[in-house]
Amino acid sequence: MTLSADGSRAGRSPRRGLSMRAGRRLWLAIFLAPAVVLFAAFVTYPILSALAYSLYSWEGIGRRGFAGLGNFIRLFTTFPYPRLLANAFGNNVIVFILTMLVQNLTGLGLALILARNPWGARAYRAIFFLPVTLSLVIVGFLWALFLNPVFGVVNKTMGIMGLGALARPWLGEPGIALITLTLINAWRWLGFPTIVFLAGINAVPEDYLEAARLDGASEWDVTRRIIFPLLAPAVTIIVILTFIGSFNWFELPYVVQGVSGAPNRATDVLGLLFYRTAFGEVDTGLQDIGVGSAIAVLMFIMLVTVSTVGAVFLRRREVEMG
Amino acid sequence: MRRLCTAMIAVALIATFFPASVLGQEPAKLSFWSWRTEDKWVYDRMIRLFQQRNPGIKIEFIPFRAPEYNTILSTGLTAGRGPDIIHLRAYGGLETFAAPGFIAPLDFAQVPELKRFPLQTIAGARSRKDGRIYGVPFATQTLVIFYNKKIFAQHNLAVPKTWEQFITVMRTLKEKGVVPLANGGKEGWTLEVLSGVIAPNFYGGTTFFEAVTRGQTTFRESAYTSALAKMLELRPYMPTGFMGVDYATMQQMFINEQAAMFIGGSWEIGFFKAQNKNLDFGVFPGPTERADQIPWVSTYADGNYGINAKTANMEAALKFIRFTATLEFGQMFTDLLAQMSAVPGVVVKNPQLQQVQAMNRKATPYIMLVGFRWQAPTGSTLLQSALQGMMAGTMTPAQVGEEVTRGLSSWVDAFRGR
Repeated sequence: MTLSADGSRAGRSPRRGLSMRAGRRLWLAIFLAPAVVLFAAFVTYPILSALAYSLYSWEGIGRRGFAGLGNFIRLFTTFPYPRLLANAFGNNVIVFILTMLVQNLTGLGLALILARNPWGARAYRAIFFLPVTLSLVIVGFLWALFLNPVFGVVNKTMGIMGLGALARPWLGEPGIALITLTLINAWRWLGFPTIVFLAGINAVPEDYLEAARLDGASEWDVTRRIIFPLLAPAVTIIVILTFIGSFNWFELPYVVQGVSGAPNRATDVLGLLFYRTAFGEVDTGLQDIGVGSAIAVLMFIMLVTVSTVGAVFLRRREVEMG
Repeated sequence: MRRLCTAMIAVALIATFFPASVLGQEPAKLSFWSWRTEDKWVYDRMIRLFQQRNPGIKIEFIPFRAPEYNTILSTGLTAGRGPDIIHLRAYGGLETFAAPGFIAPLDFAQVPELKRFPLQTIAGARSRKDGRIYGVPFATQTLVIFYNKKIFAQHNLAVPKTWEQFITVMRTLKEKGVVPLANGGKEGWTLEVLSGVIAPNFYGGTTFFEAVTRGQTTFRESAYTSALAKMLELRPYMPTGFMGVDYATMQQMFINEQAAMFIGGSWEIGFFKAQNKNLDFGVFPGPTERADQIPWVSTYADGNYGINAKTANMEAALKFIRFTATLEFGQMFTDLLAQMSAVPGVVVKNPQLQQVQAMNRKATPYIMLVGFRWQAPTGSTLLQSALQGMMAGTMTPAQVGEEVTRGLSSWVDAFRGR
């Protein structure tokens, strides 16, 4: 589109072309300004101030002298910070892998089924997407109730079905609490990758599929050799969003387990560790704003780097249509 | 005529503006921030009383949700805004705001009522940095065991004194199909409270507290870790899946008489009463090894009322702060909230609170809060998480002691290299 616009302008005088370009830029600037201002105020400024905070020493909530990399050194060398950091990072990795496997693969499967327009496809589409529209706080609160070992419906149902021996404190046992949380999250988000993949599948021109079928390709071949390659842009988006979502994870663990990453840091993730370190643990922990900010800075650097590298890498694998 | 008109207008103008500006009757408006959302009605009542006596001062009580309170308060104070009067925690929770200079120090000349407060309570209002007092203590809390009198009577059970009796009572209850203990482990702080009730009678109360705070020993000491190990014996008597039982569930189980006992703190009394008026419950201290021992109970100063160092209404704020240190305020506090006011001389009428008051005669400081919540990572943070590991079976009591000592050694000099 840009090409043809430029082409039609080719015959005009260069002066007018320039002024038009300048005018276009002016309009662009005008339209972008509100977003830029908001972004600067609510994203750039906090990031820069976190960076500044991480370089100072703190006395309670009062900022003291310049500390250089002191907070980062403390974070990496003073027990229990290095262990907490490694534990939280490891948990984020588990959440990412589990979400990719459970939520996104299921989403892809559902999208493939829904794309064939089975009976009631529209209703299912709405049902799968429904939890996405629910507030995370409500989702967290409800699941915490369902999974409550005393009053919860999950263990009670298991008891009625004769599976009482398998009943567990789903959110309280160190070995399974994180998996439970990730599954709640997947339940809530499942509709999102499903819809994105479904849109991607529906965007594949029908001619390609028909041509392949006429050439005698099986359904699996069509899916594997035509739909999957053309689905790459959707996969890129979902992988990157899952990555950012998993490593920025905060709301659900906070709502369901509180800020301490209970039990015994089994559900601790970087977001919680940052919040708890910077702002203190309800009334039993103290604020360590310097180390907290250092965690925030590390998280930011990691997210930006990996997202960028990942986006470039995944983009290269995408196949253009047409 | 014209002069008369002018005079009349002048009089009207003066009448309009005079009372407010010249006599200084425009009330000083003060804000009072707190995390006690559920106590708003009590504070509103006390503020009304104060305002009747001090017509020139208006105070607005603004409570925030407890989990967000610290964040909101820090942001407000560092931004140079914040409230005039501040509900503050005690010990290290106060220090974090007082040491950097955000809270106005108080002295006996400004608040003479503070002279009457016991030193132990004042300790929760003192900054370690300069030793000065930064607030008026409002309550003391005691960690105890609550029991349902009706359930105990139904099964002919007496209040246990020794550990052995305690276990026997719980075994009997369990055999009769009653959940003996409502306690769970989903929220780490409830386990710290549990340790605060059970452990002191086995680690030796204040003797160990003095030794460990002076750096003569650490939490690796077997006296401490074997005291923690006692908690493991409670596991069979806690609800099924207790590691998933949170604080609200614990409370509901005891209030709805689904569990016979609840290990917690004296702050529960008012809540239990408010939730179930028919609940007939009593209080007893953590059991001892032998019958002839007088039990230790963990106690601490709950928090303080302080003044923003940058308030524009220092005089008015001081007046209110003095009011909170009066016997009248303390008496209302105890009567309305069923909590032990920090003001000396308050007469306790609530029967359960009277029992608590009697136990306080052999009080020991709630170990982590009083001794080790002064810098991050706090002893409480370390202990709570490790206790979850211990109760879930992934850590031993010795590992808990090791973890707490190691974590604290980053700021407790005496623990370093030990």
